[in-house]
Amino acid sequence: MIGIEHYVVVSSILFVLGVLGIFLNRKNIIVILMAIELILLAVNINLVAFSAFLGDLTGQIFAMFVLTVAAAEAAIGLAILVVYYRGRGTIAVDDVNRMKG
Amino acid sequence: MIDYETSLRLIAPEILLAVSGLVLLLVAAWGGDRAARAVSIAAAVALGTAFFLVMPSVDGGLSGPDRIAFAGLFRADAFAGFAKLMIFAASIAALMVAPSFLERTGSMRAEYPILVLFSALGMAIMVSAGDLMTLYIGLELQSLSAYVLAAFLRTDGRSAEAGLKYFVLGALASGILLFGMSLTYGFAGTTSLAGIRVSMVDGLSTGAMFGLVFVLAGLAFKISAVPFHMWTPDVYEGAPTPVTAFFASAPKVAAVALTARVAIEAFGSQADAWRQIVVFAALASIIVGALGAIGQTNIKRLLAYSSINNVGFILIGLACATASGTSAMLVYLAIYVPMTLAGFVAVLMLRDANGDPAERVTDLSGLSRIRPALAWCLMIVMFSLAGIPPMFGFWGKFVVFRAAVEADLLVLAALGVATSVIGAFYYIKIVKVMFFDEPAPGTAAVTGAGTGTNTGAIAMRDGRAHWALLVIGTLLVSPFGFLATGWLGNLADRAAASLFLVA
Repeated sequence: MIGIEHYVVVSSILFVLGVLGIFLNRKNIIVILMAIELILLAVNINLVAFSAFLGDLTGQIFAMFVLTVAAAEAAIGLAILVVYYRGRGTIAVDDVNRMKG
Repeated sequence: MIDYETSLRLIAPEILLAVSGLVLLLVAAWGGDRAARAVSIAAAVALGTAFFLVMPSVDGGLSGPDRIAFAGLFRADAFAGFAKLMIFAASIAALMVAPSFLERTGSMRAEYPILVLFSALGMAIMVSAGDLMTLYIGLELQSLSAYVLAAFLRTDGRSAEAGLKYFVLGALASGILLFGMSLTYGFAGTTSLAGIRVSMVDGLSTGAMFGLVFVLAGLAFKISAVPFHMWTPDVYEGAPTPVTAFFASAPKVAAVALTARVAIEAFGSQADAWRQIVVFAALASIIVGALGAIGQTNIKRLLAYSSINNVGFILIGLACATASGTSAMLVYLAIYVPMTLAGFVAVLMLRDANGDPAERVTDLSGLSRIRPALAWCLMIVMFSLAGIPPMFGFWGKFVVFRAAVEADLLVLAALGVATSVIGAFYYIKIVKVMFFDEPAPGTAAVTGAGTGTNTGAIAMRDGRAHWALLVIGTLLVSPFGFLATGWLGNLADRAAASLFLVA
């Protein structure tokens, strides 16, 4: 029998993978965008699982909002990335260092 | 059953901003960049109207059930109103200073005022949130507009890099916040802040504890509190200066107000659980903000560390978890906003020999001889930021520490006072550079904003807008500000009380 804890464990693993993908990734920024998407989807699994478990629709509505915002976020992220690429000619993570920090 | 008539009346300022934003977007699409200035003015008028619509709720200290719209999703109470007044005023200031800066590089686009407008709308929604969903939508509307604003100078590599860094770290913060909200929802069984409060009265389950920590970590990112501050200096340095001024004022107010609402309204029954986190973030922010600023050569970077430092003092007010602490926090914010805006406007008015924006600390040397008025204004702002007594900035720090002492957080207050001395060092260093250093060659032709290569009536008007903002900001933070302490304290007290009404 699959209980709520299984869903939470899966979503936590996905969330941690997403966070690690942002920090450990040394290749390019597209991978970071994918990692962000992974985090948001982990949250959605959580929300939908809790919604079903609690018998309360709010979580599913919340998940819809998250999906919509994630789409807008990806669009804006890619747009900024295009502007960045035009100026720099590269999207390697190690090259994002014009300002120290 | 939702009473739509009342609800719609309560969200009138937000509806006004949303509708005018959409209409202006059409105007911008048809009129192109020639319409940029007209769109700017229209956006400022919309924000000003919203400001006056919000005013009665703050003035009357309105709160309670008749200020709740859409069955608890949205609260138009005095606390939200207080924050909204600051947000709208700071957004108008960001619109006023932008044209002359952006027109120099030909990047004054009609989208700039619209993005500021939508960002202000997002902030208004998030400070009024009565539910995690409203909170998330408002926060994202604000953040998504802000990412684009940071990358607004498309030809400048630093601006694009700032936008990219802000986007990646901001999206990560949203993700962490959202994960916390999903856990909170799961363990509290509801997304409404009042419902979460009720579910946590009997104590905190492990899952809810994780939710609380994640939510606070995500919010700490948004207010740039240590240990989640690392994006701030880079973004502040890279973003166009008017945008930086905007970031340091309005979104900071909104994020702080949101943090206070979540901490007190939703997690208020478990104040002991989050107090240690907030205390740690407060002290770490004060220390890192003060130490980090010392070696900086770029004024915008220095002001970024200054804003981290100030967030620390604001969090001391929140750590009290009392009405007087929240009121002190609001007073501090009300002083911080004109202070930081005046600082950035002064930076905007610095021009080098070619009339290009100057932003190194060495560009300030000998400023008192070249442009005495600007140097004196900046001196008052710097002394105020340092919290030196005759200036109004002192009052902000004083009320925060007084609230901390009243809430029995003596150690926190003592450490806060001690560490605020470190911060005074670099503020006073700037004053020393302005007044006692020899003017550096090459920066000698520091001219008025708008003159130099920029000529014509438009440029002169911008020069006047800068001066007007700088003088108003300086007067507010100068000793004259003390005339307003009673009035400001009253408003803040009533606003804070509306937050504690549900408790």
